[in-house]
Amino acid sequence: MSVLVLVEPEDLDDLGAGLSVVSQEVLTFARSLPGDEVDAVLVGAVGQPTEAVLAHCREQGVRTLHVSPDARLERYAARAWARVVDAAAEAGGAAYLIGGGTPHGNEVLAHVAAARSVPMPCNVVAVVQSEPLEVERQVVGGAVLERVALGDGAGLAVASVAGHAVAPQAAPSPGPAHVAEVDVELTDADLAAQVVRIEAREGGDTSALTGANVVVGAGRGVGGPDQFDDVEALAARLGGAVGVSRVVTSLGWRPHHEQVGQTGSRIAPDLYLACGISGAIQHWAGCSSSKTIIAINTDGEAPMVTKARYAVIGDMHEVIPAVLEELS
Amino acid sequence: MADVLVCVKRAPDTSGEVVLTADGGSIDGRYAGYSMSSHEECAVEIAVSVAGDTGGSVTVLTLGDDDSVEQLRAALAVGADEAVRIDATADDYGPADVAAAIAEVVQARAGEGRPFDLVLVGNDAADTGDHQVGIRLAHLLDRPVVAGAQEVAVSGDRLEVRSSVSGPTEVFDVPMPAVLTVWEGGVEPRYPNISGRMKAKKARIEVLEPSGAPRGSGRLGLRVLPPPESNVEVLGEGKTAAPRLVDVLRELGVVR
Ligand SMILES: Cc1cc2nc3c(=O)[nH]c(=O)nc-3n(C[C@H](O)[C@H](O)[C@H](O)COP(=O)(O)OP(=O)(O)OC[C@H]3O[C@@H](n4cnc5c(N)ncnc54)[C@H](O)[C@@H]3O)c2cc1C
Repeated sequence: MSVLVLVEPEDLDDLGAGLSVVSQEVLTFARSLPGDEVDAVLVGAVGQPTEAVLAHCREQGVRTLHVSPDARLERYAARAWARVVDAAAEAGGAAYLIGGGTPHGNEVLAHVAAARSVPMPCNVVAVVQSEPLEVERQVVGGAVLERVALGDGAGLAVASVAGHAVAPQAAPSPGPAHVAEVDVELTDADLAAQVVRIEAREGGDTSALTGANVVVGAGRGVGGPDQFDDVEALAARLGGAVGVSRVVTSLGWRPHHEQVGQTGSRIAPDLYLACGISGAIQHWAGCSSSKTIIAINTDGEAPMVTKARYAVIGDMHEVIPAVLEELS
Repeated sequence: MADVLVCVKRAPDTSGEVVLTADGGSIDGRYAGYSMSSHEECAVEIAVSVAGDTGGSVTVLTLGDDDSVEQLRAALAVGADEAVRIDATADDYGPADVAAAIAEVVQARAGEGRPFDLVLVGNDAADTGDHQVGIRLAHLLDRPVVAGAQEVAVSGDRLEVRSSVSGPTEVFDVPMPAVLTVWEGGVEPRYPNISGRMKAKKARIEVLEPSGAPRGSGRLGLRVLPPPESNVEVLGEGKTAAPRLVDVLRELGVVR
């Protein structure tokens, strides 16, 4: 019995960067499921996997890394990718199929689950009971955990694992990470919804935010669309990115790709410096995995302040300029 | 001309504190109120603008009890033409059940010679967060599906769809009929005007009985996470706290 993990590269354009952090987390999580072996499947990266990808797989104890040689899979097409994942599950005799609860991860896994008519609990965070296997998953943006069964012994058990639910940890002993090619006969229907081109966004995209070591967060407390200069200057000074709350994007002050939270991005930087953000559940869902949180807020009782490691109580537009001056 | 079906869900508003019902089986929204999620508000906006651009129509659908008519009327008020309610208790339905119930309506309409060219759902509901209803629906209908759709433009019988939820903007070109799961952030939902509200108030809601019994969501229980115990260290007040804050930044090694 094995567990198959759908893995994603850190950067589809630079496979030298290895696997995404979330994929490494899911490989770690896979070892908490009842399986003797962990296999992985990587789609969209045509050609031989890079040494960085293989190194991550070996470190995580992966037995076999399934890849697909079909050049038509290079551009994202969820249903076609799911066909490869499904075939890899078949080839490796997988009892469980899991992947990161990322937009692509959830989408591809849902295609596999739909094609096989099996359930797919999303955003699982922990195994809570082994026999029968039960897991907890995040609902309501992570404020509530729902307990569900995973797998009924009949057929493949499919689930996605919430980003940053576990920290990546090396396997007790490294795996061989044999590379195996999966070949599937793709149909036109599999490729009907495929990316035809990628457009760079003016002013960046979510990857700047999700990849940053430092994120300076800004919420309604900023005050207006023309009040971001100090926030941007601090982010630049710390080599980080700007992240914002939903209020800020809804008001049109900043673009949606900067939004942190349930309907934005999930981040896990070394430092999240949340300024003028109350810390609503849906925002917390996106930032709670940050290593250290510092809040700057006029309200000492705001949830962001009480949940933070450090806080400064005061007007962000007084505190940030003073910090910048102190740093200059 | 594109006839659009847009599916919405009445979900408890959970911006504040989350309360469970007495039996712990579901989320109690009686105090905070209910709404459709922002993904679905954007789906309604896309439906109305696609129908407007192509001279088509918008039908809004929900699976829910009598109270969920409120969410249908919210969509009617901003331009949906017709509303359908599948009479059921949403909590009894898992994502596969919901997809099957919607598929049945879509197929019935096609059978009457009034097919939907485009079906929109929210990417994931605010409460259950299943991320799969639209994809299961597409499989049942054998249609292409794009998840995380944020901007949609129709040209002839094809859709140009943009999604920026995974990083750089992915552009898809899909044939209709199709299914899209909509993610907020690409369009600005319009506000209802007075005449829209009046129209919505008077609109007839078609009520359909679901045909089969649902299999359910598999929910065994819910648990509200207790807030983590605060161990915050307040560094000070106002700008006088700046030196201490900078010390902490240096300790954390984030100052270059
Ligand atoms: C289904 C759903 C999904 C959602 N998804 C998201 C999401 O992805 N991301 C998200 O962020 N939200 C999301 N929300 C919204 C969320 O519930 C909150 O409404 C939102 O996060 C609040 O944003 P805020 O903290 O900027 O604003 P507020 O809650 O208004 O907080 C502003 C804070 O700024 C402080 N402040 C004011 N002035 C100053 C000043 N001069 N200096 C310092 N502090 C100041 C105030 O004390 C307050 O704490 C979602 C909601 C729902 C229902």
